[in-house]
Amino acid sequence: MPDQLLFAIEVTLNGLMAGVLYALVALGFVLIYKASGIFNYAQGVMALFAALTLVGIMEGQVPFSHLINAIFGTEIHHFGWHVPALAAIILTIAVMVVFAWLVQVLIFRHLVNQEPILLFMATIGLAYFLEGFGDLMWGSDIKKLDVGLPQGINGWIDQTTFDAFGYGFFIDNLDISATIVAIILVAGLIIFSQYTKQGRALRAVADDHQAALSVGISLNFIWVLVWSVAGFVALVAGIMWGAKSGVQFSLSLIALKALPVLMLGGFTSIPGAIVGGLIIGVGEKLFEFLIGPMVGGATENWFAYVLALLFLVFRPQGLFGEKIIERV
Amino acid sequence: MLDTTDADQKTLLEINNIEVIYNHVILVLKGVSLKVAEGGITALLGGNGAGKTTTLKAISNLLHSERGEVTKGSIAYRGQKVAGLDPADMVRRGVIQVMEGRHCFEHLTVEENLMTGAYTRRDGKGVVDEDLEKVYSYFPRLKERRKSQAGYTSGGEQQMTAIGRALMSRPETILLDEPSMGLAPQLVEEIFGIVKNLNEKEGVSFLLAEQNTNVALRFAHYGYILESGRVVMDGPAAELRENPDVKEFYLGVSEEGRKSFRDVRSYRRRKRWLS
Ligand SMILES: Nc1ncnc2c1ncn2[C@@H]1O[C@H](COP(=O)(O)OP(=O)(O)OP(=O)(O)O)[C@@H](O)[C@H]1O
Ligand SMILES: [Mg+2]
Repeated sequence: MPDQLLFAIEVTLNGLMAGVLYALVALGFVLIYKASGIFNYAQGVMALFAALTLVGIMEGQVPFSHLINAIFGTEIHHFGWHVPALAAIILTIAVMVVFAWLVQVLIFRHLVNQEPILLFMATIGLAYFLEGFGDLMWGSDIKKLDVGLPQGINGWIDQTTFDAFGYGFFIDNLDISATIVAIILVAGLIIFSQYTKQGRALRAVADDHQAALSVGISLNFIWVLVWSVAGFVALVAGIMWGAKSGVQFSLSLIALKALPVLMLGGFTSIPGAIVGGLIIGVGEKLFEFLIGPMVGGATENWFAYVLALLFLVFRPQGLFGEKIIERV
Repeated sequence: MLDTTDADQKTLLEINNIEVIYNHVILVLKGVSLKVAEGGITALLGGNGAGKTTTLKAISNLLHSERGEVTKGSIAYRGQKVAGLDPADMVRRGVIQVMEGRHCFEHLTVEENLMTGAYTRRDGKGVVDEDLEKVYSYFPRLKERRKSQAGYTSGGEQQMTAIGRALMSRPETILLDEPSMGLAPQLVEEIFGIVKNLNEKEGVSFLLAEQNTNVALRFAHYGYILESGRVVMDGPAAELRENPDVKEFYLGVSEEGRKSFRDVRSYRRRKRWLS
């Protein structure tokens, strides 16, 4: 096989795995948008906040320690214990559920029946608040996140491909685990929404709020539920991204990667988010590999948006945007 | 005003002189009182904008989500005030609304739609499945279409789905809002026939909002006529059918054989076109 083709395959595989992450973030948007019509600008910050909380709990950090020390003149920073990853993840999930509940009780319960643009503005406010709140609670330094997922080049793939083609593919173990986790997560979400009573209620709310109310479904409960699930998805994305590049402010920018995915896949489609994420992941890596050198590189920042814009022009509802059922 | 429901029939629902205001300013119901007898079909009649839907939503407590509010008077179900309850509480108490325009969950299958009706129930899968079969026995067409997305079924099937969905909550009273809307006459007959069956065999009480006075009065036991937010007439359905004013204004026939009140007719015609 020619070298160029081998490189391209390797790039594609890496693109697929990057795409999985984009898909995860996009999935968080889709869930909330479907159920409540809210475009949640804070989704990226939620991933950051979840990751910060996870690291904080694992490291035994004292929350709000800066504030406490400033007020009381103390010098406490750590409880002096470490929490195992799994327990910390469960605690973080609990924190995200409380967060979902607070968002509902303090903000969106009071904005029922408001214009979508107003709801969107509320989420912008929420994003900046949560960003500052995360800093205040856990400090703004860059943190390392290690939940024990295997890292580094996968020796087996390297060896096998080397034996077969004379060129060893570089595939990161972390990407492999991220992919596996994402597949499990998506399968879980699909089973939840298709085969459980609350999942069915969630889809009912997505279709028709009024009718859902009329059969006795509590919108508030369902909204807390979707925000919790979105918080959980954000946590998973935060773990993957954080393990790769550390937990810091830039983690919240993965939301920017999710936007073109949404334009591509449609705002209401779970399969769309997944396929869209993969297309963008592969597309941007391949483009950078093939065309990048000719235009001086750094195409990854804009390629996704250009692709998304092309889509918007030709297929505004996205790849899998839910068909709007119209009957006369 | 005639106010003689059968003495031996128990009153399930009693509305006492309610006022409803939308958006804090639009006064829509201006003192409506009515009673729904246990085991009966009570019709709530009137033209566009008379306030039928608003009355039903005041009972089911769906008004809040539309920025409506009951500002005066009271509504009691089995003697208990319903103010302050939410729609889910009402469903648990046995009162469920089938909304005007059907409001099926378009992307859910017919069967999933029906199952959402059982959302508030806690009595176990076995009983719910039995009820599902029962709904299918009343609406055999739904069984054929159980796997279709509700959005792709016909208007009549959607109306059946909406009624079936309400039945899945094991209701005592169904607030049925304009089931005839946009349906061909023989389908309207079919659906009203099923409503009558449900009333007689399952003992479900109905409060039925309808513009189609003719059909409604043939199937109902008692009727109220609403005009711009007030009850202007009420009585047993048989009497209303024979009442000259009702004949002239709502049934489209009059003593002299003169054609109906123009406005009423054009109202209806417009409604047909719109729906
Ligand atoms: N959400 C709302 N906000 C403001 N006004 C409303 C609202 N809903 C209904 N109205 C007004 O209340 C009045 C009564 O409406 P309602 O829907 O109860 O009438 P209806 O008897 O059901 O009429 P139709 O036969 O057309 O369904 C109308 O004038 C309508 O414009
Ligand atoms: Mg109405």
